[in-house]
Amino acid sequence: MRAAVLVFPGSNCDRDLAVAFRAAGAKVDMVWHKDSELPQGVDIVGIPGGFSYGDYLRCGAIAANSPICRSLAQHVERGGYAVGVCNGFQVLTETGLLPGALLRNAGLKYICKTVGLKVETSQSDFTNGYNAGDVIDIPIAHHDGNYFADPETIKALQDEDRVAFTYTDNPNGAQADIAGILSQNRRVLGMMPHPERAADAGHVGTDGQALFRALAGALADA
Amino acid sequence: MKARVHVMLKNGVLDPQGEAVRHALGALGFDGVNGVRQGKVIELDLAEGASEADVTRMCEKLLANTVIESYSVEMS
Repeated sequence: MRAAVLVFPGSNCDRDLAVAFRAAGAKVDMVWHKDSELPQGVDIVGIPGGFSYGDYLRCGAIAANSPICRSLAQHVERGGYAVGVCNGFQVLTETGLLPGALLRNAGLKYICKTVGLKVETSQSDFTNGYNAGDVIDIPIAHHDGNYFADPETIKALQDEDRVAFTYTDNPNGAQADIAGILSQNRRVLGMMPHPERAADAGHVGTDGQALFRALAGALADA
Repeated sequence: MKARVHVMLKNGVLDPQGEAVRHALGALGFDGVNGVRQGKVIELDLAEGASEADVTRMCEKLLANTVIESYSVEMS
């Protein structure tokens, strides 16, 4: 598995994401936002958490229009994989690669804690290391994680089995308790919780490891 | 020439910041504030010849996220 982790000014989970990919066996390149091309042969692009461009205008809005994100869109159009965590999820919605948007948390507060996530589907190369219905513990750390989409979009996500994770105890007002969603071809995952912060024996838990291992399994020969 | 863009959350999209402001106004004794919606104003200083259609394209591409926000443009 070859992974590229995008780095924007203000990204702060880029190295954590790279460590989690490497622990699963990936070769990882860090790619600066001003680069216009992804490295040759990249299987999956990781869009990390943080505060790209200081969250100016809207979270992820400026990053979504950076040179590397044009290359990201082409990669996804070619059927390439991508995972966006936290600010990375916001970037994916701002680029239009995933539907919906992330609003300010309903309680207005920045929330940093470990939450329960229900695995809604194991039918993806991100989630097939879990069983549908499993509850896993993954940290969240966000101010704008309140997933919003119009009712038709929410229904389509549910009908097409594209809700990857839901909160067991909704912390931010997200519609339908949605914590993470998949693209139509199931190769792009956006999620607010941080699996890379639960992927090492030194972390609070290791429930996020299965996600990176599942990817490594799927992309081993890719 | 200048353009002023107003960006607001769409009706029906929860605006918790506006709600917090409404509560604070009530706590200060300002009765009768039934609702508060908070948005942003973006002022653009444009080269001569720029059209409202140009600004509309800017709104669609960057200044507003039309999934959750509506916008209006004033040229002057």
